[in-house]
Amino acid sequence: MATDPIQQFQIVNLFPVAKIGNTEIAFTNSAAYMVAAVAVISIFLIAGTNSRSLVPGRLQSAAELTYEFVANTIRSTAGTEGMKFFPFVFTLFTFILAVNLIGLIPYTFTVTSHIVITAVLALSVFLTVIVYGFWKNGLHFFNLFVPKGIPIYILPLIVFIEVLSFLSRPISHSVRLFANMLAGHITLKVFASFITLLGGAGIFGIVGATLPLALVVALTALELLVAFLQAYVFAILTCIYLNDAIHPGH
Amino acid sequence: MATNTHTEVPAGAKGVFPPFDSTTFASQLVWLAIAFVALYVLMAKVALPRVGGIIENRQKRIAGDIAEAGNLKAQSDAALTAYEQALADARARAQAIANETRDRQAAEADKRRKALEDQLNVKLAEAEKTIAATKVAAMANVRGIAADAAKAIVERLTGTAPTDKAVDAAVGEALKS
Repeated sequence: MATDPIQQFQIVNLFPVAKIGNTEIAFTNSAAYMVAAVAVISIFLIAGTNSRSLVPGRLQSAAELTYEFVANTIRSTAGTEGMKFFPFVFTLFTFILAVNLIGLIPYTFTVTSHIVITAVLALSVFLTVIVYGFWKNGLHFFNLFVPKGIPIYILPLIVFIEVLSFLSRPISHSVRLFANMLAGHITLKVFASFITLLGGAGIFGIVGATLPLALVVALTALELLVAFLQAYVFAILTCIYLNDAIHPGH
Repeated sequence: MATNTHTEVPAGAKGVFPPFDSTTFASQLVWLAIAFVALYVLMAKVALPRVGGIIENRQKRIAGDIAEAGNLKAQSDAALTAYEQALADARARAQAIANETRDRQAAEADKRRKALEDQLNVKLAEAEKTIAATKVAAMANVRGIAADAAKAIVERLTGTAPTDKAVDAAVGEALKS
């Protein structure tokens, strides 16, 4: 058994698919887990609501709950107009939640522990905000950077800060998710490896190993919370950013 | 899998922190795009309209049921009002009929009593008349008897019969006092 806490993030090529220039495109373990996540979500939402019953069963009730949860999040942060982006936010939320939760199962791979994945997700939100913001508001979209009621002599400074904070959004948006997943999984792995290390050190070691075991159990519960919370934070920040595109005036 | 083991080697360069290993980025991004777009299409075209439809259906059904319940309540209220109205009408009519009957019977009884009283009055008057006649006759008889008695008494006492004229005057005098 590997005790290297970094090894769990290793990308493994399962089979090659195509070659673009010098770059080989392969079906990796990461890709497998993404496909698994898509399958799990689709089964949950489509098969679960197959009966379309008026009085929902467990699975349909959970599907409706997820739907209402995301819909309410959008309505409360971006208003009814934000419902245009409901499928996008819903896809983001469920995808991140699914890969986070699947990643918590031992011996699995966490797709969101790779910065390139979270960065592209965050950039897709960022670009959506910019494209929709300009398409809907034209040049009024720049009002986003000019808060009202600011004295003229500090306005340039404020505008500079606003632009900087706007541009740094995709960085914080992506790093938050990536770092949380990465750090959580490293912590879990480190404490889990303590159990095997101590367990191999005789009778006192086995007694001592109960401490990291208890910690791993507690950390797993914490990571479950983090997995949900980070998906929720990603979705709610997406809503807040989209709200800026819909209503750029402060 | 044994024949495939050569493809399961770690993809990235050795000694590089996997999340920052740029040689794996292309594969990850291609599959992220495929997975994300597939999920987006499935959600936007199939899952979300379906779940949204179910929820909307339920809300419509609930709203419809509540409206129907309100409708039925209004109907039952109307029926109750109509029933109470009918009851009040019937009561009023019964009262009217009772009053009318009572009045009619009272009037009839009154009439009969009056007729009877009239009859009785007539009989009473006749009887009084008879009594008066009888009394006059009796009084006349009394005068006759008194005169005869006086004549007989005087005859016995004096031995001579008084004249009828003197006896009559004396009896008239006595009866007057």
